[in-house]
Amino acid sequence: MSDVEFNGKQKTLKAYLAGFFASLALTAIAFALVQLHFMTDGLLYLSLGVLAILQLIVQSICFLGLNQSAEGRWNLLPFLFTLLVIAILAGGSMWIMYHLNQNMSAFAEMLKVTL
Amino acid sequence: MTDHHQHEADTRDLFGFWLYILSDCILFSVLFACYAVLYKNTYGGISVRDFTDLPYVFYETMTLLASSFTYGLAMISLQKNKLRQVIFWLMVTFLFGFAFINLEVKEFVHLYAAGHSWQGSAALSAFFTLVGAHGLHVSIGLIWMAVLMHQLSRFGATTFMKRRLTYLGIFWAFLDIIWIFVFTIVYLMGVV
Repeated sequence: MSDVEFNGKQKTLKAYLAGFFASLALTAIAFALVQLHFMTDGLLYLSLGVLAILQLIVQSICFLGLNQSAEGRWNLLPFLFTLLVIAILAGGSMWIMYHLNQNMSAFAEMLKVTL
Repeated sequence: MTDHHQHEADTRDLFGFWLYILSDCILFSVLFACYAVLYKNTYGGISVRDFTDLPYVFYETMTLLASSFTYGLAMISLQKNKLRQVIFWLMVTFLFGFAFINLEVKEFVHLYAAGHSWQGSAALSAFFTLVGAHGLHVSIGLIWMAVLMHQLSRFGATTFMKRRLTYLGIFWAFLDIIWIFVFTIVYLMGVV
């Protein structure tokens, strides 16, 4: 009983070290990109997003221990579903709210006409 | 046979905890969405760009990342059944986590003292709610960690304790992952 692993597989020092240094590098690059600011703003936002997602993947694998084993798959499926819910929730909110002006313009025109 | 049943039960429990973590992710995604919608509504007050000190945020990030790593070292010591090492690494993790919370509270107090409270504008409300919710989670994690350290020293590295430490480990790794998005979206993208 005492040998049951609660997180699917044995964690190794190698995985933690890899996760730590990869996260360190990704964080440092993100901060450096903002500090140096040699890209256009659009490209910078995109790079920051990519770096964050890379670090999400690194930490999910190295620290959380997500994997493709039989037990890991049970954890992976709801994880992917959560990502979908988040994409709809956060992406959808931003999509709607950032386009309010555009979508309300007909209403604004109508107001002008009636006044 | 009993081992097999126990293993099944543990796997199921772990899955339940994992579902809690994922639902907490959705909670944070809603707060992030609020922040993304409201961050420009500063009502003439300051925005994140005006008060962010990047080296400070970098330092904050490092303390949390280091705590995630040292928690991993505690888990490795646990696998080797070295109780003292486990408690030592948990203590180090606790100190890093505490340093993180200390930095965050300092920033909040500084803002509040300068007259920029959460009532200042929609942007500040969204900022304090998002970053504060993360800070609250870390604080709860710290209390949880202190309790587990106490229990470890009393009961030793029993199966029960291993399970509890695994849950806290997942919670702690999750908090570090949320922080990636806090520093990227709130601070870095706010400064660009």
